[in-house]
Amino acid sequence: MAAHPSPAAKPLSDVRADFPILRRERDGRPIAYLDSAATSQKPEAVIEAVDSYYRRSNANVHRGVYGLAQEATDLFEGARERIAAFAGGETQTTVFTRNATEAINLVAYAWGRTNVGPGDVVLITHMEHHSNIVPWQILCQERGARLRYLSVSEDGQLSLDELDGALADGHVKLVSVAHLSNVLGTINPVEEIVGRARAAGAATLVDGSQALPQLPVDVSEIDADFYVWTGHKALGPTGIGVLHGRRELLEAMPPFLGGGDMISSVGFDTSTWNDLPWKFEAGTSPIAEAVGLGAAIDYLAAIGMDAVRAHERDLTAYTLGRLEEVAGVHAFGPIDPDARGGVVSFELSGIHPHDLAEICDREHVCIRAGHHCAQPLMREMGVPATARASFHVYNTREDVDRLIAALQTAREVFAL
Amino acid sequence: MDALYRDYILDHYKNPRNFGELEPHDREWLDHNPLCGDELGVHLVVDGDGTITDLRFHGQGCAISQASASIASDELIGRKVDEIPQLSADWLIDLLGIEISPTRRKCALLSLKVMRGATSGDASWPE
Repeated sequence: MAAHPSPAAKPLSDVRADFPILRRERDGRPIAYLDSAATSQKPEAVIEAVDSYYRRSNANVHRGVYGLAQEATDLFEGARERIAAFAGGETQTTVFTRNATEAINLVAYAWGRTNVGPGDVVLITHMEHHSNIVPWQILCQERGARLRYLSVSEDGQLSLDELDGALADGHVKLVSVAHLSNVLGTINPVEEIVGRARAAGAATLVDGSQALPQLPVDVSEIDADFYVWTGHKALGPTGIGVLHGRRELLEAMPPFLGGGDMISSVGFDTSTWNDLPWKFEAGTSPIAEAVGLGAAIDYLAAIGMDAVRAHERDLTAYTLGRLEEVAGVHAFGPIDPDARGGVVSFELSGIHPHDLAEICDREHVCIRAGHHCAQPLMREMGVPATARASFHVYNTREDVDRLIAALQTAREVFAL
Repeated sequence: MDALYRDYILDHYKNPRNFGELEPHDREWLDHNPLCGDELGVHLVVDGDGTITDLRFHGQGCAISQASASIASDELIGRKVDEIPQLSADWLIDLLGIEISPTRRKCALLSLKVMRGATSGDASWPE
């Protein structure tokens, strides 16, 4: 397969042209895509990698003796190596899943059902996405364990003292927490949380779905037992997620799904399991998606994650500042842009978020409105829903300016 | 004049009719829009003939869902309980008098869904 040219390091102002979808116009207006926390757009390099894989290199992996099958396997496993290195993980403990949700369910099923029992506590927080709540509800109901929540302060922060208090009761088996909140933008001190949990004998899972796409992340430094993320928010295709697990735990865990590729040998009554990471990859893998995600992290690496973070920080600070100009707007989450990522949730008094999103859409400004799959957090915040703008490398201050103009228009439409 | 957020829609949104709770009431239902989590409930008072003599909607929602409940409320009082499940989605959308895009359909129909629940226990979306 032809190597995909990786973009040379370049200023972020240039990257917009790399994303074909951003050339779409409506009524002469280009799209201002401000919903990257839901899913990111894809650069040409990712689209080409997937296209080229199917056109030139498609075969099933790990099986065939012919050259094409070997080429597909090399592309798939090569992507795994680069993805693992990008996140600071090891290749063998980097498991491909369908998405972050499946990665969490894998842990809840394979680790949880053998390690969590009656009277144990699974500790999560009020700022979790439903994907980091519901699998633990199911596990706790099934195993007679308790699900406890750490609270979120008015300015969107967790309290390490409250964490210590919860750990002190000695029953906590697992602490599972978002690295970066998809609603508040809060960057949680995950290294500190993991360290305190480990000292108290609890395992840890960090949901990096929002963090990995926009922060420099080194999973070996965070050192959680499990770190999960999803490809489609990191400029990659849908249908591919990643679980970085601690080797001893992954080795001790039973499989999640049974089937082909995850076995070493199959007898009539029992089977033995394949080595890591394939033990957890039953059935034909998302091969093209892994190849596409490999191209996505190559693209991000070429820009540099420090530059991506600086860009997100700049846009977030700019947005928080400009939102203050709009009467009746209240932004949620930390005030300090250093304490948060490129996600800004807000409300505008007198206009429901759905109506805001509708009026923004007329200006070709795409924002999210709703509960953002975080209904417990919405309840804690005392709102049914929020509007949310979120950014990635292709966003500009001009996109934010158009959002602010659309909010002013909404105020006029609603005669406020 | 905005084609969707017409003056009367905004008026019903800002000053919803028949809004609040009714105690005592004979029937009630609570439901939500899965898209955004908005909740809408209804309390009904029904006389011996099965006629709805009073109702109140309560909950939070967007302009479309709130105006829909408000506009429908006057049309629902005085009808027989048995009639409500026969009311179609088109009946309510015609009543609203604005064009509803597919993304806002559930906003517009939540009030009718809640009414159907309260009168028949049917929790499906009106068609």
